[in-house]
Amino acid sequence: MKKLIVSPAPHIHSKENTKSLMRDVMIALSPTVLVSIYFFGLSAIKLILVGVISCVLVEYLIQKYLLKTKVTINDYSAALTGVLLALNLPPSSPWWLILIGSIVAIGVAKMTFGGLGQNIFNPALVGRVFLLVSFPALMTDWSIPQSWFREGIDAVTGPTPLAMVKEGLLSGQTIPEIFAANSFTTKQMLFVKMGGSVGEISAVALVIGFIYLLIRRVIKPTIPVTIVCTVALISTVFYLVDPMQYTGPLFNVLTGGVLLGSIFMATDYVTSPMNTKGMIIYGIGIGIITVMIRYFGAYPEGMSFAILIMNATVPLLNKYCKPQRFGKEVK
Amino acid sequence: MKTFKIGGVHPNDNKLTADSLIEVFPVLETAYISMAQHLGAPAKPVVEKGDKVKVGQVIGEPAGFISGYVHSSVSGTVKAVELMPDLAGNPVMHVVIEVEGDEWCEEIDRTPDIKRDIPYSSEEIIEKIKNGGIVGLGGAAFPTHVKLNPPKDKKAEFLILNGSECEPYVTADDRIMRERPEEILIGAVIMMKALNVTQAFVGIEVNKPQAIAAMKKAAADYPQIKIVVLKKKYPQGGEKQLIDAITGRRVPSMGLPIDVGVVVQNVGTSLAVYEAVQKNQPLIESAVTVTGHCVTEQRNFLLRVGTPFSRILDAVGGLPKDAAKFISGGPMMGKAVANIDASTLKGTSAFLLMTEEETKRKQESNCIRCAKCVEACPMGLEPYLLNKLCRAGNKYDELEKEKIYDCIECGCCLYTCPANIPLLDIIRMGKADVMKIIRNRPKK
Repeated sequence: MKKLIVSPAPHIHSKENTKSLMRDVMIALSPTVLVSIYFFGLSAIKLILVGVISCVLVEYLIQKYLLKTKVTINDYSAALTGVLLALNLPPSSPWWLILIGSIVAIGVAKMTFGGLGQNIFNPALVGRVFLLVSFPALMTDWSIPQSWFREGIDAVTGPTPLAMVKEGLLSGQTIPEIFAANSFTTKQMLFVKMGGSVGEISAVALVIGFIYLLIRRVIKPTIPVTIVCTVALISTVFYLVDPMQYTGPLFNVLTGGVLLGSIFMATDYVTSPMNTKGMIIYGIGIGIITVMIRYFGAYPEGMSFAILIMNATVPLLNKYCKPQRFGKEVK
Repeated sequence: MKTFKIGGVHPNDNKLTADSLIEVFPVLETAYISMAQHLGAPAKPVVEKGDKVKVGQVIGEPAGFISGYVHSSVSGTVKAVELMPDLAGNPVMHVVIEVEGDEWCEEIDRTPDIKRDIPYSSEEIIEKIKNGGIVGLGGAAFPTHVKLNPPKDKKAEFLILNGSECEPYVTADDRIMRERPEEILIGAVIMMKALNVTQAFVGIEVNKPQAIAAMKKAAADYPQIKIVVLKKKYPQGGEKQLIDAITGRRVPSMGLPIDVGVVVQNVGTSLAVYEAVQKNQPLIESAVTVTGHCVTEQRNFLLRVGTPFSRILDAVGGLPKDAAKFISGGPMMGKAVANIDASTLKGTSAFLLMTEEETKRKQESNCIRCAKCVEACPMGLEPYLLNKLCRAGNKYDELEKEKIYDCIECGCCLYTCPANIPLLDIIRMGKADVMKIIRNRPKK
């Protein structure tokens, strides 16, 4: 007689798996990738390709030859780290810079902790911050967006809006003067920024990705919304107190890595809290630290540091924040 | 539209048999009636080999407070009273009856007339339900008379009938609500009288529009019963979830529905109560869905208790070639059958056949801490954490602090886990250990 399977309930499983979730995040990133290719041309393609290949390769080599465990590069998580790392670098970065970043991201930040699901810090951000402190000149060498057809012309370099603000303030200018001198407009900030990382180029593209992730239920809106609201709220307060010294909420939300970071980096499953209360505290923390670094810190931009600092609090948040339990305790 | 507030998942409902009438399944030549028809102590057989029995005659008596009567579902001669393997293969006392004709006990009213008057007192009703061997038909098969007789210090305020049928594939309750709505409502009135409550609700998931229409039409004559349409979300029919959805009250941790003044009964149970009280017919048959994408003739049957599974399969075109799993119940909480020669119980609601592709567990991979299990858990627990603590071993204090005992074993966590971690399998074992520790603790 034919053998039947006997196993405990449930007998069905949702179609989602690690691979499909990672693939959904990649799809959500595709508008951003396309916009960056449109504006930065070959340099964006080169960075993303080198990022993906080197991250996957580093994971493969470590799993196959060093740890001698099952190779899990098929789950797309290493590839996703590669894309995210590329999107967090200046478009003019040389290929070897992202290679080093990948080795640090996968080799140090991910595999030393035990691979997927075990790491405390976001691998792509560890890679980026490592590069930022090791190669400060290259990492702040921002080329002004080049369109596809203008590729080949010598890249013109210029600082990011946040860097301009920081420098302007240091040289004694006020915010309105800096804005007037550099002609920032909201439209520019929404669609094309003046300079910045590969993936920060278009807020609209990032938000399209965010909506896709929400529709597919890959992430909950809690973390990105909390971060953006916190950044907006705190900068509103400072802006109202002294508009000459502090930039306003719209500028703070649309510049730097706030959108890229809150939608795609802070929501990284492995390194973010696992319940709503924790997510809110985590989001508020990232928002506060980001704005504080921007206003009072040495760096013009604070998102990467803010996320990494809050990553460290996640085990505590998971321990002390509990989801709403069903029903009261009876003694 | 009402629903429970915490967690839940949305599996495809696959109600393949929703439009098939309930067909009366023929009486076979032999019936194998288990004495373990209910939660609690199995009944004690009161017949011997050679005894003649009629349909509806008592063949097993309760063997404890939580136990119940078992009646013969056929007429004929007792061939054996012996241990036989149940669906999991464990030995259980069965009464085997060789069928001769179809002779029913005289007191059973077999006319199709609907009897609306309820000339009985609360005590008489509970006695009739006990004598009718009624058990909960929503899954756990808890003896109904025990549930209708709450402790003296607790007072019921509402009766809730569960017609949500949130398990995918199963359509037995949908069919009885469409085909016999008024009898179900009279059953509810009977139980309301027994409990001395003045308000009842029937919760039905929105994916059963015809059942909702039929029940609403029948309920026009019963203003004390309100039909409540619920969102399609699993586990809407979980007792605690259903109470939350309809009344907004939450049964306390380790508590029972009666602690918030509610008694929940399945619509199938209500129909059985009607038959027992108004028609003197004990629980000897129930509606059962036989379904699955690989089954050629998916159908709903009215089955006598004690029908062998294998014979039911024959009636739907035999065991399909590509069937890999045979499940008694739905795909979320049903039991995989190990012994295909076992027989139906009072609480049997469905048989589901699934192919290997539909049901195979996939290779487990690393937890990616996505928190989808936390989001899915309708009890607000953290399945990933319970899994970790269970696997670490010996972490019983922490497991208790994390309220593992609140797990209702609905399977949402395992269903949703993208890393295919067998969360519920592990949690179930840990929960059993923790419950044992709690039970063995000296009472204060």
